[in-house]
Amino acid sequence: MEEKVIEIVQRYSGDKSYLVPILQDVQREFNYLPKDALFSVSAHLSVPISRVYEVVTFYKAFSLKPKGRNQLSLCMGTACHVRGAELIARNVEDFLGIKEGDTTADLEYSFETVGCLGACALGPVLVVNGEYHGHMNIAKSTKILKKLGKKVATDDEQD
Amino acid sequence: MTSKIKSFDELKSVQERLKAGRDPKKPCITICVGTGCLAYGTRKLVDNFREELAKRDLTGKIDFRTSGCHGFCERGPMVVISPEKIFYQRVGLADAGEIIDKTVLNGEIIDRLLYVDPQTGEKYVHEDDVPFYKKQTRLVFGQNSKVDPESMDDYLAIGGYSALGKALTGMKPEEIIQEVIKANLRGRGGGGFPAGLKWDETRKAKGEPKYVICNADEGDPGAYMDRSLLEGNPHLVLEGMIIGAYAIGSSQGYIYVRNEYPLAVKNIHIAMRQAREAGLLGENILGSGFNFDLKINRGGGAFVCGESSALFASLEGRAGEPRAKYIHATHKGLYDKPTNLNNVETWGNVPFIIEKGADWYAGIGTEGSKGTKIFSLVGKINNTGLVEVPMGTTLRKIVFEIGGGIPGGKKFKAIQTGGPSGGCIPEAHIDLPVDFDELTKIGSMMGSGGMIVMDENNCMVDVAKYFTNFLVNESCGKCVPCREGIRRMRDILVDIADGKGREGDVELLQKMAQGIIDGALCALGNSAPNPVMSTIRYFRDEYEAHIKEKRCPAGVCRALITYSIDPEKCTGCTLCAKVCPTKAAGGVKKKAHTIDPAKCTKCGACRESCKFDSIIVR
Repeated sequence: MEEKVIEIVQRYSGDKSYLVPILQDVQREFNYLPKDALFSVSAHLSVPISRVYEVVTFYKAFSLKPKGRNQLSLCMGTACHVRGAELIARNVEDFLGIKEGDTTADLEYSFETVGCLGACALGPVLVVNGEYHGHMNIAKSTKILKKLGKKVATDDEQD
Repeated sequence: MTSKIKSFDELKSVQERLKAGRDPKKPCITICVGTGCLAYGTRKLVDNFREELAKRDLTGKIDFRTSGCHGFCERGPMVVISPEKIFYQRVGLADAGEIIDKTVLNGEIIDRLLYVDPQTGEKYVHEDDVPFYKKQTRLVFGQNSKVDPESMDDYLAIGGYSALGKALTGMKPEEIIQEVIKANLRGRGGGGFPAGLKWDETRKAKGEPKYVICNADEGDPGAYMDRSLLEGNPHLVLEGMIIGAYAIGSSQGYIYVRNEYPLAVKNIHIAMRQAREAGLLGENILGSGFNFDLKINRGGGAFVCGESSALFASLEGRAGEPRAKYIHATHKGLYDKPTNLNNVETWGNVPFIIEKGADWYAGIGTEGSKGTKIFSLVGKINNTGLVEVPMGTTLRKIVFEIGGGIPGGKKFKAIQTGGPSGGCIPEAHIDLPVDFDELTKIGSMMGSGGMIVMDENNCMVDVAKYFTNFLVNESCGKCVPCREGIRRMRDILVDIADGKGREGDVELLQKMAQGIIDGALCALGNSAPNPVMSTIRYFRDEYEAHIKEKRCPAGVCRALITYSIDPEKCTGCTLCAKVCPTKAAGGVKKKAHTIDPAKCTKCGACRESCKFDSIIVR
């Protein structure tokens, strides 16, 4: 882990002002921000760990918890909101049994709501593992979740 | 192109050479690959076109261009065939071959891909005739469809960087500033502060180095014009910034862009590399002796970082907390040095002002607001998309003529402008000319240009709650009025929406709002009560209905509504029973169904699925 962090820090020539992008790259590498990685960033960038922690907890993009294998993001921009995104959010929460921002205990699913994705013509938009699903409604979101569930089940059998 | 351009004359000859190398009569297929269209799966369509062209041995014989956002997001994927500019919309992934064979090679129009105006039923063949485009003035945004954002040659071929050449070789920095002041270019990020005055202050401020920054931290939900400009025409923004830096006397700049905009980040990176290689960025730009370079910094996803002092903190690698602005950023900004911050669209206007002159520019718009403005027209509107109109255009024209009105025959209720800092404008003000001052007068604001249309099915208390909740989450927490005040306002709004509203709540909200406006540290807090204040001002009856009658007139607030089925309309198709997750909806096939209120969770699945409009929500 340390080697990877050093590599990322060097990408930015060890410049402290790039703390946010450095953390973004670290998160992309590990899917979240592991504690050890944060200490490495702190050491190699000569920024106190308290400052690193302050920045990590300030910005919404960072997660101190591991994310699930399947990542669902629902756009909660105003355009999606006025077209009923909130009802879809509740449906996804009820289906997965978690609240927005959480990950299921088996680390299979993460669900988050995000600010505007800027695909307002498609609103409401649900992004499933990077793929956009537009004109979302309650029934469609249930269908997507059921399909994902089946895929997860078959993957498990193969394991 | 890798060799450096060493003078304005050399730039002109490069432009001429590129222009001459392009036959305007040669067929060209242009596909929009802005983020909106990509979300439709356009990338596959692009691959299909390339494949089909190769299959017919036409690669190179027919020009093929992927371009940035054209703005008509509602109708993606979009293909435009030049020179006639035939406009195909909602193109299927399998349509590539047919378009090449019929239209490109034989000039035959494919009827089913043409745009049909949903209001008049009229069919349009050419892009320029489509009302959505025809009624706009696409000054800044219009170049998007003419350039591949990854090709600097495309930008140079349409005369790109001429303004920079003119500025560096024929104008003194003070003259440029005077020109921008005369044009009365006002900040497009929301504040509306005259850009020229800001430049002048920064130039005159003591301290070195001086910084220029492009604010691309577009955080307003429902607004994406800055992203589309940066994605679609990055060189235009760069050109504006380099001119600004020269006028201000800055050698170092930053672009602060949302990390959620990966395509914008990629395209601006490419553009910067190309500009450096061509001698348009870096040392001795166009042989003038002027040095300027740029760095890109990706934001961490915090709305407050659109505020200047929070943005500086974030650029310095700290949490984005604003500071009190007793001293302007023009004197002490980034690293306490004189700093000039403008938003993407503001920078994008600069080359036009320099190229065509302040007088020409000031001829567009209203007395106090010059030029055009790009709006992101979204929500309950037929033509979702990006719309560029002269300042002073009425809301009615934007919503009904360009936007094509409200879908499903519903009634227009309000339009929200200015994002979470703005307000809701009711139908009574729909003939208002849109500019900085007019919007402020009626309790909203221009903001960065988000316009969210709402219809009769939207509850204004819910909208106020939505924005306030957004701001609770985005408040940085530094000052008490914002951190605690907005939270308390949100709690009151939640109570009202839950049917627990009390007499006097509206007055309490108004009183708190004034406290926050007076006491908050930065613009986020100062403007946070706007959505609540404006909805109370124009839709007080809805608040009263929630509080006194425990009723949500629009049928949105869950605690105050019940679902039932209209036996007259219900055909007993059983669809609602199938989608109901709690088995609350049900009945005998082909007979009117019912909903058991004890089991109903008001999830909305039945209403959404019913094809006969028989679900009643009251």
